[in-house]
Amino acid sequence: MDLKFLDFEQPIAELEAKIRELRNVEFDNDINISDAIQQLEEKSRALTESIFATLSDWQISQLSRHPGRPYALDYIKLMFTDFHELHGDRAYADDPAIVCGLARFDGEPVVVIGHQKGRDTKEKIYRNFGMPRPEGYRKALRVMKMAERFQLPVICLIDTPGAYPGIGAEERGQSEAIAKNLFEMAKLRTPIICTVTGEGGSGGALAIGVGDRLIMLEYSTYSVISPEGCASILWKSADKSQLAAEAMGITSDRIREQGLLDEVVREPVGGGHRDFHGVAENLKEALQRHLEELRQLDIDELLEKRYQRLMNFGAFIEEPVK
Amino acid sequence: MSWFQKLVPSTIRTENSNKKGAVPEGLWNKCPNCNAILYALELERNLHVCPKCEHHMRISARTRLDIFLDAENREEIGKGIKPTDPLKFRDSKKYKDRIAQAQKQTKENDALVVMKGKLKGSDIVAAAFDFNFMGGSMGSVVGERFMRGVNKSLELGCPFIVFTASGGARMQESLFSLFQMAKTSAALTKLSEAGIPYISFMTDPTMGGVSASLAMLGDINAAEPNALIGFAGPRVIEQTVREKLPEGFQRSEFLQEHGAVDMIIDRRDIRDKIASVLSILSPVKTEALARLEYLQNPEPETVDEVPGESQVVEDQ
Repeated sequence: MDLKFLDFEQPIAELEAKIRELRNVEFDNDINISDAIQQLEEKSRALTESIFATLSDWQISQLSRHPGRPYALDYIKLMFTDFHELHGDRAYADDPAIVCGLARFDGEPVVVIGHQKGRDTKEKIYRNFGMPRPEGYRKALRVMKMAERFQLPVICLIDTPGAYPGIGAEERGQSEAIAKNLFEMAKLRTPIICTVTGEGGSGGALAIGVGDRLIMLEYSTYSVISPEGCASILWKSADKSQLAAEAMGITSDRIREQGLLDEVVREPVGGGHRDFHGVAENLKEALQRHLEELRQLDIDELLEKRYQRLMNFGAFIEEPVK
Repeated sequence: MSWFQKLVPSTIRTENSNKKGAVPEGLWNKCPNCNAILYALELERNLHVCPKCEHHMRISARTRLDIFLDAENREEIGKGIKPTDPLKFRDSKKYKDRIAQAQKQTKENDALVVMKGKLKGSDIVAAAFDFNFMGGSMGSVVGERFMRGVNKSLELGCPFIVFTASGGARMQESLFSLFQMAKTSAALTKLSEAGIPYISFMTDPTMGGVSASLAMLGDINAAEPNALIGFAGPRVIEQTVREKLPEGFQRSEFLQEHGAVDMIIDRRDIRDKIASVLSILSPVKTEALARLEYLQNPEPETVDEVPGESQVVEDQ
């Protein structure tokens, strides 16, 4: 895998390059320097740990969009079996920025829906950088309604910079598509588990993010606006993104402190992009647990709990009216 | 600004200029669309619609409700709910200070005012956004008040109407704000299940998180003429697609043309039109609700006849 490194990952990159070099030397010259390599690997691991122990909110925000991070189709491959992708909203088009499908999770039938970003330039454009248009949300809703009919739990994997701000998207009702999903998901008669795996970008993320559980991966973010957007509006300068990220408290741990989250799933040392299997395994374990809990509930009880959960969102004070 | 005012610290200066501005505002206004100088009283009588060019000016939440509801039997809902600062948010200014400033400026506690009242004698719950309060942005208070309004409407079995005027979700409350989109949309499922009409009336502007939640979920989606309505702001779209936006893009008429809005209603006709629409929608729900009402309250309620012909709004 071609690892791209963020600036604060550079020291790790240098060490790893050195290790690779030594391996080549060992291979070419048939000499045994495995002790030295092992030492370096230890060092690299310790360095990674120490760098990742003190990440700033801004650095986590960068990690959440790391180009090497696993995307929905990677998680689907690693956590599900028998995946059958379903295309199109039956009205206008298929939006490749959202993937939907039938699958088995632990042998049990489920529906899985996720934002999908692209790996190389061509695929990035094809997937529109994971920014859905209305037809993407309508496809997701169509598949969710089917899940309801066949009593299949819905698992959503959220990873998007936001809904696409384009002329066509507006013409075809971007607002309506998102609103409709929020409305329908609030009353969908089947369990819904939402996981933010990378970037939780505002309304475009929430449109497949209403449910019975909200899980976030350790190095994911969820926010009402991107740090860049917030900075350019409130600070009148995109350079203040770091401050905006801090102020909005968009990382998984900060959101858990705000009480808006059920669980933070830990990632392997150095982040999910260094160990697809590790992160998928952790997430799978969490999903299994939550799904099992939700399966215990009667459907009306589940819906009542979901409703109460939604109604409890908010921080305000209430004073008696004179 | 005079040289003296420039010397005065900015906090005091705003107060001064406000006071100063308040006096002539009482007499003359300028239409932001056609620049006509308008006599304020006449403008007010015309419900803040420019008599020269029909431009619908932005109005406060209270003016909006004042225009819409019957003068009698009004009762504010959720008045005691006030904003707090869960994240201790601070940009160039503290969120707390921004709230205080907006409260002082608008005399409102937050950007949504909800009232139970009557429309031509029939019960209705009406909510209105105040764009002057931090751009009508939706935070926790707006979401909670909206939900209380919906609950009141469920309790009374009467229609719910919201007049939106908002830039979207309130950034200073971060995820709490975003989740108000889910909260308000979820509350609306209850109205839908109970067969109670919900009317979304979009006014200038209705953008972002408000547009992509409660505003687009009406049984009837109505709009005022030429209101800016959309998900992404025009500037953001222009920067993304790098082309000039078509004329009239994201205006009410554009939305009606593209199928997102049922009807565009002139401000001066809103009461008549909505009363007429509700008189047609309401009977569908009365049977189920009459039973419910009877069970809750055996005393029958009298409902006034809705006059068919147009009538001058008396609330002024």
